[in-house]
Amino acid sequence: MALSVREYRARIKSTQSMKKITRAMELIAASRIIKAQQRAQAAAPYSRELTRAVSAVATFSNVDHALVTEPTESDHCSVLIITSDRGLAGAYSSSVIKEGERLIEKLKAEGKDVTIYTSGRKAAAYFKFRSRPVKQSWAGFSDQPTYEDAKAMAETLIAAFVAEQEADSTDEVHLVYTRFRSMLVQEPVAVRLLPLEVVEGTEAPEAGDVLPLYEFEPSAHDVLDALLPKYVTSRIFTALLQAAASELAARQKAMKSATDNAEELIKKYTRIANQARQAGITQEISEIVGGVNALADANAGQE
Amino acid sequence: MASLQVELVSADRLVWSGEASMIIARTSEGDVGILPGHAPLLSVMLDGVIDVTTVDGETWVAAVDAGFLSVADDRVSVLSEHAEMAHDINLEKAKADLERAHKAGENDGDHVEALAAAWAEARINAVEKAR
Repeated sequence: MALSVREYRARIKSTQSMKKITRAMELIAASRIIKAQQRAQAAAPYSRELTRAVSAVATFSNVDHALVTEPTESDHCSVLIITSDRGLAGAYSSSVIKEGERLIEKLKAEGKDVTIYTSGRKAAAYFKFRSRPVKQSWAGFSDQPTYEDAKAMAETLIAAFVAEQEADSTDEVHLVYTRFRSMLVQEPVAVRLLPLEVVEGTEAPEAGDVLPLYEFEPSAHDVLDALLPKYVTSRIFTALLQAAASELAARQKAMKSATDNAEELIKKYTRIANQARQAGITQEISEIVGGVNALADANAGQE
Repeated sequence: MASLQVELVSADRLVWSGEASMIIARTSEGDVGILPGHAPLLSVMLDGVIDVTTVDGETWVAAVDAGFLSVADDRVSVLSEHAEMAHDINLEKAKADLERAHKAGENDGDHVEALAAAWAEARINAVEKAR
């Protein structure tokens, strides 16, 4: 209560303008999130069809491919962490980085070296600040990723995975991103990207069933060769789109609570300011009354 | 008459889906025509044009870049990283892209420029074929 009314007024003003900013950011995030969700939905048919094709090849033919074979021993791992470019999204980036750190710790405990790749400025800044080496980082598209961005990442990671030299090669590639479950729930997840596990199989063929025997052109191996890198790219693209939607949802939530907080603060400051004003008035009145009384007393003494 | 259930899908959206009576696509082995009742097929496509005749007898053309064609039980999925229907293609832009790619390609003969040139050519071909 040490401050004057004027100072409280100034605080109310600044909180009000802060509230305007956070409110605007909340609305922007809310409108963008719909677009982000639409983009994620629009990309779904491609990954669905691709998964179907990959599982068809994997189920109906016995072809080995570099991208699906489990390495006999894996001691070099790569981790790609997908975060946002900008902050003000609550715990979004820090929780996905935390999940990434947990994975890195786990891999290190198993005696593997870990190479880090990052997407989004937040992760790059995090590792740079701690002077930890990052093999490569991508940034500048976290809220509107394009297929080309995913492709650049996939090409780098696949090149590292199939590299012959012991020094550059990696035996496993992990992907850490935030999965968008709903507007309220986004959870950071870590998945193994390479070697590939084809998760969604066409139902296991029953014994007596006649399988659709695919003809492969030019050959099963060539088809797989072209199909798998696209599958990897599509999975990264899906992860990027999910991360973008999650980022916007997290930002909307964070900005909503910031706005609510600002409202609370304004209410509190208004009350204190009113109290201070009232106290000032009371003091003034009591001074006047005291003065009048004193005058009256003095006059009464003279008479 | 039996028909084919076709889906033309690019990486970021579903470009076209519907019923068709015939599809012609360019695979790495040459052009392939698909009619209802085709044997299950999984094939690698090249940059090029696909030609679809719908059940109403209409024909439309789309440009696709390297992708896949899968046929099973009269369902045809055409997967391509980029796909554009002929009427959506900006011919001027495609021509400019082709020229730029050729110019850049003369200097270093890069892989990236070759891909860009192939995609631009596919778009131009699609527009010309649709006329």
